[in-house]
Amino acid sequence: MAHFIDRRLNGKNKSAVNRQRFLRRYKSQIKKAVADSISKRSVTDTESSENISIPSRDIKEPIFHQGKGGDRDRVLPGNDQFSPGDKIKRPQGGGQGSGSGEASDSGEGQDDFNFSISMDEYLNLLFDDLELPNLQKTDAKKEVEWETFRSGYKAEGIPTNIDIVRSLRGAQARRIALTAAKKRKLKELEEELDSLNKDKDADKALKTEILHQIEDLQYRIKKVPFIDTFDLRYRNYDKRPIPSSNAVMFCLMDVSGSMDQATKEMAKRFYILLYQFLNRSYENIEVVFIRHHTQAKEVDEQEFFYSQETGGTIVSSALHLMDEIVSSRYPASQWNIYAAQASDGDNWADDSPKCGKLLREKILNYTRYYSYIEITNRSHQTLWHEYESIDSEYENFAMKNIKQASDIYPIFREFFKKQVSSKS
Amino acid sequence: MTSNLKKATETLSDGPEWTFDLLEQYQEEIRRVAEYYRLDTYPNQIEIITSEQMLDAYSSVGMPINYHHWSFGKKFIESEQNYKRGYMGLAYEIVINSDPCISYLMEENTITMQALVIAHACYGHNSFFKNNYLFKTWTDASSIIDYLLFARSYIEECERKYGVEEVEEILDSCHALMNLGVDRYKRPQKISMFEEQKRQKEREEYLQSQVNQLWRTIPQKEQETKKKKIKFPAEPQENILYFFEKHAPLLAPWQRELLRIVRKVSQYFYPQKQTQVMNEGWASYWHYTILNHLFDEGLVTERFILEFLHSHTAVVYQPPYNHPGYSGINPYALGFAMFKDIRRICENPDEEDKRWFPEIAGKDWLDTLHYAMENFKDESFISQYLSPKVIREFKLFNLQDYEQNPMLEITSIHNEQGYQDIRQKLASQYNLSMLEPNIQITNVDVNGDRSLTLEYVPHNNIPLGETVPEMMRHIYRLWGFDVRLMEKRENGRCVELAKCPPEKKEADD
Repeated sequence: MAHFIDRRLNGKNKSAVNRQRFLRRYKSQIKKAVADSISKRSVTDTESSENISIPSRDIKEPIFHQGKGGDRDRVLPGNDQFSPGDKIKRPQGGGQGSGSGEASDSGEGQDDFNFSISMDEYLNLLFDDLELPNLQKTDAKKEVEWETFRSGYKAEGIPTNIDIVRSLRGAQARRIALTAAKKRKLKELEEELDSLNKDKDADKALKTEILHQIEDLQYRIKKVPFIDTFDLRYRNYDKRPIPSSNAVMFCLMDVSGSMDQATKEMAKRFYILLYQFLNRSYENIEVVFIRHHTQAKEVDEQEFFYSQETGGTIVSSALHLMDEIVSSRYPASQWNIYAAQASDGDNWADDSPKCGKLLREKILNYTRYYSYIEITNRSHQTLWHEYESIDSEYENFAMKNIKQASDIYPIFREFFKKQVSSKS
Repeated sequence: MTSNLKKATETLSDGPEWTFDLLEQYQEEIRRVAEYYRLDTYPNQIEIITSEQMLDAYSSVGMPINYHHWSFGKKFIESEQNYKRGYMGLAYEIVINSDPCISYLMEENTITMQALVIAHACYGHNSFFKNNYLFKTWTDASSIIDYLLFARSYIEECERKYGVEEVEEILDSCHALMNLGVDRYKRPQKISMFEEQKRQKEREEYLQSQVNQLWRTIPQKEQETKKKKIKFPAEPQENILYFFEKHAPLLAPWQRELLRIVRKVSQYFYPQKQTQVMNEGWASYWHYTILNHLFDEGLVTERFILEFLHSHTAVVYQPPYNHPGYSGINPYALGFAMFKDIRRICENPDEEDKRWFPEIAGKDWLDTLHYAMENFKDESFISQYLSPKVIREFKLFNLQDYEQNPMLEITSIHNEQGYQDIRQKLASQYNLSMLEPNIQITNVDVNGDRSLTLEYVPHNNIPLGETVPEMMRHIYRLWGFDVRLMEKRENGRCVELAKCPPEKKEADD
C-alpha cells in the first residue's frame, strides 16, 4: 500500500508569498539596511542581488519561556571525569548554563539576521517613495510603436488563429439546434415500436412504416455535419499605439587634475542611482557622457570614469557641448532630458557667470531636472555661488554638497522625494 | 529468526542512482519485512521532491499546505541562507502525520538513502503515528490536510475582507501564545474537518451570542446579577487561546476563528513535541532492523549495507557533553539505544535486567516493543524503560544547578547509586510541563473593569524569560482590556510581574 509521486516538476516557489510578507513587514528595517548598503556597494555591481542584514532582535517571535536562574537538574552524556559530589565552577557568562537546550533559540546575543534580496527587490526598496520631478510625457511623434492585443473573435481568419474551443462549442450548439426536434421524434417512434413489438397481434404494415420513419430520421440526424466551416471562429487581434517615453540622461563631470579617483567614484555612484531610477520610469533611456577640463568631450562610459586628465577647468565648455548635442540629437519635444553634473567646485572664476547664463537661457528651459553635486570638503567657490542663485529661481534645478560616500544616497533621496514642489 | 529468512536468489541493484522501478522494488521488500514485524501503518504516499521544494516544506513546518504568514517567510529565508552557505544539510525526509501518510524523499538521495528513508519514515514513523496513544487521542490523521486547506482559504478570505495587516496582528499574537493553546489534561474531541467548515458559520453566531451574554451591561433580574459575582473562570484555565476564543470580549467572530485555527494546529503538533525520543528511536530502530533483515536474506548487497551503516551510525551518534558538536541529548541515539535494549532485555536478560525489569525480561520482544511504542510518551517511556546498561553506555551524569549554590554539583553518575536518580531526572527533562512555563488564567473581573489576571507558577524557582513585556502586549491585543500577570511565590504570596498597558498602573492601584 504505497505509491510514489514525482513532485519534482511542481512549482518550487511555494514560499514566495511568505517571503514577500516578511519583506513587507520589515520594510523599514530593510530599507535602512539598503540605504546603508549603497554607500558600501561596489560601483560596478548593478546587476547582482544585495545582501541585507537586519538586527535579529527586531524580528524575533516571542513566546513565554523560562528565564535564567532557579534550580535545575540537567542530565548530560559522556561523563569522563566526574564522581558524585564533585563541584565545578559555574561557567561564566551570567551565572549559569544556558538552561534547557531548547530555550537558547530565544536567548540574546544572536548575530544579525542575514539574507539576500534580488536586484528588483533591492531597487524597489531603494527607490520606494521616490518620484521623478516634472514627469510629463513628451510627444512621441518620432516613432510610434504599436502593440498587438487580443480583441474578441471573428468568423474569418487564418487557420493558425482558429480557436478550437470556441469553434467546437458553436458546432455543438448548431448540432443540438438542428437535431433536437428529430431526436425527440425518433424517441417517440422508438417507444411506439417497442410497444408494438410487445403487442403480439400488432399491425405489420404499421411496424414497417415506423421502421422506415426511424431509419429516415436516423439518416437525417447523421447528415448533420459534426463541424461546419460556418462554426469556425478565429481569434481576433488588434493594434493600438503605445505611448513611448524616451529619456536622455546627461552625465557631466569635471575630470581636471583636481578630481581624484575617489571623487570620481563618488560621482559614479550618484550616476548609477540616477540611471537605475530613470530606468524604472522610462522604457527607453540613453546616456550621454560628457567630461571636461578646459575642453569638453563626449566619451564612452569607460573613458568617462577611468581616464586620467590634467589641466584647468572650464565648466561652461561642457554645458555648451550638452546644448549642442541636445539640439542636434535630442529635440526637447521628443525627449525627457535629465542632467547630472558632478564637480569638485573648481572653475575659472570668470567662467562661472557664463555657466549661469547658459543654464538660465538655454539648458534649464528644456531639462526636466538638472542636478548638481559638488564633491568637496573645502569651502565653496564661485561656481557654487553662481548656482545658488539659480537654485532659488528654478524649480527644476537642484544642488547639493557631498562630503563622503555615505552622503550620496540621502542626498539622492532628497532630490527625488515625492513632494518635489517644496523647494527651499 | 534465521529459520524465517527466505534466501534471495538475486540481489536488488545498489545503484547508487535510483529509478522509480527500483524504488518500487525496494518499497515492496521493505513493506513485506515490516509486515512480518507487524508494523501497522497508514497507506503510504511517497513524494519525490527537489532540494528547493524541501526548503519550502521546511518553512511551512513540514506541512504540504499552510496559511500565509511572515514568520514562515523568515524561516524560509533562514533555511535558504543556511543551506546555501553550507551551514546546514537538509533532512533526508519529512514525514507528515496524515492518512495517507505523506513522506517526502529528496531527489539527490542515493538508492540506499531512499531505502533507509522509506523504512524509517514510511514504516517507522508511520506506524508510530498510527498506534501511539498520544497521536490517537490528539490528532486526526485523516483530516489534517483538509483542515489546513480550510484554514488557508479561510485566512485568505479574512485577508481580503479585513486586510493583511489586521489578520497578521491577530496571527502574531496567536503564534506567541501557541504553546498555551493546548489542553494538557483534557482529551480533545475529534471533528472531521469538513464538518468543521459546515459548523464554522453556526459557531460564529453562537459564540458571539455567548460572549454577549457574559458581557451584558443591561441589568438583568436581580438574582442573576448576584450569581455573576461568582468567580470567573470558576477554575484556572490553562488553555489561554481557547479561553480567549470563547470569552474575549472584543474579538470579532472571524478573529475568534483565527484563534481556533492556530489552536488546532498547535494541538496537532502537541504529541510530536512529547514523543521525539520515542518517535525517532522507533523509526531508527526499524530502519536498522528492516534493512539488516533484507541483508540477512541476501536481498541487498554489501555495498548497500555498508553505505547504510555509515549513515545510520552518523544519525544515532551521541556526542559527549564537552564535544563542540554537543547540542543536547540526541533523540535518535537515545531512542534507538533504548528500543534495542528492550529487545536485548527480552531475549538475553542478565541478572541486572531481571532485577530491574522482571515484567519484561524473557518475554516476547516484539510484543514488548509494540506495547512500549503504543502506550508511552518520552517522559513515561524513559522512566519505565531506561536501563542501567543504556545509562552506562551513554555515561549519563546529573548536573545540579541551584541558584543559591555558588558551585554546580554532580549529584549522580552512571553507577549503582545513581541509576534511579538519573532515570528520574532524565525523564522529567522530557516533561513538557516542566520545560514550558505554567501560566494560567485565574480571574476575570466580569463586573468591574474587565481586567484579566494570569498567574505564573514557577517550577523550581525558575523565573520567566525576558519576553514578558512583549507577551503582555500580545495578550492585551487579544483580550482588549487590562491584563495583569502575577507570579505565585513559594510562600504562597502573589507578586505582580507585569501589567499591560503599563502606564495606567498607578491610577489603577
